[in-house]
Amino acid sequence: MSGTLVTLALIFTELSVLAFGGGNTILPEMKRQVVDINHWMTAQEFSALFALAQAAPGPNMMVVPLVGWHVAGFAGVLVTSLAKFGPSSLITGVALQLWERFKDRPWRRHVQAGLVPVTAGLVTASAIVITHASAPSWTLALITALVAIATTTTRIHPLLALAAGAVLGLSGLGQP
Amino acid sequence: MDATAAPLTLEQHRPSAGELFTGFFMLGLTGFGGVLPLSRRMMVEKRRWLTGAEFTDLLGLCQFLPGGNIINMSVAVGLKFRGIHGAFAAILGLIAAPTAVVIALGVIYERYQDAPTVRHLFGGLAASAAGLLVSMAIKIAWPLRRDVVSLLIAALGVVAIAFLQLPLLPTLLTLAPLSILLKSRQAS
Repeated sequence: MSGTLVTLALIFTELSVLAFGGGNTILPEMKRQVVDINHWMTAQEFSALFALAQAAPGPNMMVVPLVGWHVAGFAGVLVTSLAKFGPSSLITGVALQLWERFKDRPWRRHVQAGLVPVTAGLVTASAIVITHASAPSWTLALITALVAIATTTTRIHPLLALAAGAVLGLSGLGQP
Repeated sequence: MDATAAPLTLEQHRPSAGELFTGFFMLGLTGFGGVLPLSRRMMVEKRRWLTGAEFTDLLGLCQFLPGGNIINMSVAVGLKFRGIHGAFAAILGLIAAPTAVVIALGVIYERYQDAPTVRHLFGGLAASAAGLLVSMAIKIAWPLRRDVVSLLIAALGVVAIAFLQLPLLPTLLTLAPLSILLKSRQAS
């Protein structure tokens, strides 16, 4: 058990310092670690946990404590949350002291501009990986497509889109 | 642009650790699908902790650093007003309620996932959550569509992570410096 907690701590510490561009860039790595490498859950379970976190209020990284819970109960929640939010918070604290000194430097703007295409690539990769795990049948893929189109082209509330997709899923069409 | 137009003449309020906790607690509880716009309303307009310009400046810092913007923002705002105590109060306030909710949902899911109705419901939910992510990817990538260098970098990232399933660390250590180098050359 303690071995599992140490592994969880290491994984989420790494994810914490690599999460440039926000939480959605690290989903494929999170899935790779918890599904492919450590076999703590199936890809479908991972995508279900991600969906639950999307349906909950708050910051969009609530899949982190949920993965901790699934793997190791309350201890897992504590370890994953500390590991994921601790290091990035420390970096924020240090950077806040230095921000006045470096925010107007040219390198800061170059670094920030350079990270934009990387973020775009990583979020797209996340979308592909999560869709692959979440939509194993054509009906579910259709729900993914409908929600993607609706939330891209209209101002529909994300929660409403999630609810509509869940109700469509209730029909059970194309699902085992 | 409205950052400088905020009514700077009105008195700013310096929050206590308790107010930091409750402010971010309400934010965590009410923010669905993106807390950031709500956080501006809470901190700038309603509670007057920050001016619009200060908010924009702190957001710039938080976007520059790894981690979720709003998580970093809570830490930065907490530190700014009440040091380490403030940072703890703010981030704990922000994640307390969502953590409880998400675990409650997780318990329900794990208990009833074998019932076909529940499985179908969550199947639809997961498919639509993926749709939200697709939409987010489109919105982030769309402004880059005419920039060949950016598209190339983004495509490399997609191939490495989604198709080759390479680890994130070496991918980021290769792609980020390359992108920063190419983009800064492009700019100069």
